[in-house]
Amino acid sequence: MISRRDFLQVGMAASALVGASGFGNWARLAAQQTLTQDQLLEFDTFGNVSLIHVTDIHGQLKPIHFREPSVNIGVGDNKGVVPHITGADFRRAYGIADGSPSHYALSSGDFSSLAQAYGRVGGLDRMATVINAIRADRPDAILLDGGDTWHGSYTCHKTAGQDMVNVMNALKPDAMTFHWEFTLGSERVAEIIEGLPFAALGQNIFDAEWDEPAELFKPYKMFERGGTKIAVIGQAFPYMPIANPGWMFPEYSFGIRDENMAAMVQEVRAAGAECVVVLSHNGFDVDKKMASVVPGIDVILSGHTHDALPEPVAVGETIILPSGSNGKFVTRVDLDIRDGRMMGYRSKLIPIFSDVIAPDAEVAALIDAQRAPYAAEMSQVIGQTDSLLYRRGNFNGTWDDLICDALLSERDAEIALSPGVRWGPSMIPGQDITREDIFGVTSMSYGEAYRTEMTGEFLKIVLEDVADNIFNPDPYYQQGGDMVRTGGLGYRIDVSKPQGSRISNMTLLSSGEAIDPARGYVVAGWASVNEDTEGPQIWDVVESHIAKLGTVTVQENNSVEVVGV
Amino acid sequence: MELTRRKILAIGTGTFAFAGVMGLPAFASLTDDAIAEMTGGAEMGEGAITLTAPEIAENGNTVPISVDAPGAVAITLFADGNPVPAVATFKFGPLSASRSASTRIRLAKTQNVVAVAQMEDGSFQHASANVKVTIGGCGG
Repeated sequence: MISRRDFLQVGMAASALVGASGFGNWARLAAQQTLTQDQLLEFDTFGNVSLIHVTDIHGQLKPIHFREPSVNIGVGDNKGVVPHITGADFRRAYGIADGSPSHYALSSGDFSSLAQAYGRVGGLDRMATVINAIRADRPDAILLDGGDTWHGSYTCHKTAGQDMVNVMNALKPDAMTFHWEFTLGSERVAEIIEGLPFAALGQNIFDAEWDEPAELFKPYKMFERGGTKIAVIGQAFPYMPIANPGWMFPEYSFGIRDENMAAMVQEVRAAGAECVVVLSHNGFDVDKKMASVVPGIDVILSGHTHDALPEPVAVGETIILPSGSNGKFVTRVDLDIRDGRMMGYRSKLIPIFSDVIAPDAEVAALIDAQRAPYAAEMSQVIGQTDSLLYRRGNFNGTWDDLICDALLSERDAEIALSPGVRWGPSMIPGQDITREDIFGVTSMSYGEAYRTEMTGEFLKIVLEDVADNIFNPDPYYQQGGDMVRTGGLGYRIDVSKPQGSRISNMTLLSSGEAIDPARGYVVAGWASVNEDTEGPQIWDVVESHIAKLGTVTVQENNSVEVVGV
Repeated sequence: MELTRRKILAIGTGTFAFAGVMGLPAFASLTDDAIAEMTGGAEMGEGAITLTAPEIAENGNTVPISVDAPGAVAITLFADGNPVPAVATFKFGPLSASRSASTRIRLAKTQNVVAVAQMEDGSFQHASANVKVTIGGCGG
C-alpha cells in the first residue's frame, strides 16, 4: 500500500525555510544564508531503487532565469487541476509561502524582484553536483534524460548539438528519449546516437515506410538494480512530423501508439521486470490519459509541457512526475520494489538554485570548453531591456511581443506570427541583451523568417487549428505547445468551444478594423514546417530590431481576449 | 471565397503544410447509408474488432490504418469525411490464419474512420476512430 506520507517528502524543504519575502541585495544575501545545498539535497533514502530525472534542458548549459507561466488553461477533465493552476492559486494548493524560494522556482508572480533575490537557476554543472550527491547515497541510481536536450542555445545551434552531447555524456545518463533532437535532421541524429554511451529509447519511434519499430531506437531497456529488475520504456514526442518539419526526418513515424506501449509493458513484465518506468516526452495531460489507458506502468517521468510539480500526481496505481525545463529542476524518486511490485515511493523535485548549489568543477570546465570558441561572438551586447522578457504562457509573452514587433518592422508586414513554443529563458529588467540571449529564444534549424500573403479566412483557419492543438478536450489530440503568438492582430478566443468556433473578433490592430476574410494580408513569421522556406534567420531579424531600439520596453499586451475558462 | 486545399497550398511559401480542417464531416450520412446497406440495418456489436489509427495524421495523404477482427469473414473500412466514404473491403476465407489487415488511406480532413466486420455467424461488429488532420507547426 502506498501511503501519501511516503511520498510527501517533497521538494518543499525550501519553502519551510524562508518565510520572508524581499527583493534587492539584502534578500539575496538572506537567501544565500538561509538556503543551503545540504537542505536542497536532504533526502531520507528510501526503498531499494533510485531514479533521477532531468528533461527539456533545451541546450541551457549555464544558469538562466526562467519564469513559470501565469496563464496555463486546462480543458475537459483537466480544467482547474494541476498543472493548470498558476500563480497564487498554485502556491495555495501546495502550501507555498509567498516570496519563498519555492514561489520563485515553481510559480509566477513578482518574478523580477524574486529573480534579483534568488538569482539564476539551472546550469549543467550544478545539476552534476546534485546528480553526484544522489549517486553518493545510491551508487546505482538510474539517470534518465527526457529529451529536448540537444536544442536551444547559440553553441548548441553552431555545433549541431555536440556541446550538449559532450556535457551530458559527462553526467553519465542511463537512457534518453527525444523530441527537438530530430530537428537536427535524421542523418545527424543517427550520427550522434550511434556513438551514445547509453540507451536511446522510444517505443513509438517507427520506420515510416514499413510502419514497424525503427532499428536505431530501442523500445525499452532493462536494468538490474537494488536486487530487482526495472524496465524503462521510452516514449518520444508523439507529434514530431506535425509540430516540427517532418521533411527533416522523413524516415520516421511517431504517434502515441498506446496499444504498442501496452504490449511493451506486458513484454517487460513477462521478462521479469518488477517495476515499469516510462521515460516520456508526451506532455503531462497526455501522460495522465496514457496512465489511465495502459495498465501496469508504475512511474511516468514526464516531459515536454515544461510543467514542474512538487508532488507526483497519481492516476490509478501510476505516479507521474513532471520535472520542469531549462535545467531548473532535478527529480529524485526512490522506490521500494518488492515481491513483484512497487510498494512505496518517495520523491523530491530539487530546484537548482545556481547561487546555492556549488558547480561541479569538472563539468564546469567542460562547459567552458564548449563555449570558449564562441565566447566573443555570443557575448556581444545588442541592447538592454527595461521590461521583464519571458515567453511561457498560453497566449503571449513579452519576448514574443518583441519578436513580433521585430517581424512587423524589419519585414514590413501587417501581421506577425510567432510559434507558441515553451522554451527560452527569461530576462529581468536592467539586463543587457546579448546575442546569446536572442538565440536562447529563437535558435532552431528552421529559423527562416518568411514573408507572405494570407487571406483573413486562412488566418482564422490557422488560429483555429493551433487553438485545437491546445484546447481539444481530449489530451491525445493536443500537441503540447502554446497558442501561436500574433503581432498586429487581436482576437477573442472561447477555449470551451469546438474547433472552428473558438476564434472571433479578429482585428487588424493598426487600423482597428475587423479582419476581412476575403482580403489578403502581408504576414511575417518564422519556424515554418514547410521545406524551402525563404527569408533571413529570425535571430538576425530580432537582433537588428533590438540594435535599432537600443533599450527595449514592451508594453502590456491586451490584444487577445480569453473567455470560456 | 471557396477555400480549396489547392489554394491553401498555393499560398504556402513558407507557411503551413496543408489544411483541410474546416467544418464537420459532411458525408457522415453517406457512411451511415452504406453501413445500413451492408448490414441490412442489423444491430452492430462492439469489442470483437480492433481498429488502430493515429489520433493525429502525420500526413493526411497516407494514413496507416489496421484492423483485426478474429472470426470475421469480411471487414470494410469507411472514412466518413471523404467524398466517397467506402475505402476498402477485406475478405477472409476459412483458411485465413488471421483476420487482420493493414492499409494506408487518404483523409481529406479531420474525420472518423469506421470499420465494420461481418462475422462467421452473420452478425456485425464495428469500431471507429477519430483521426485529426491538422496544419500543425507549433510544438513545445
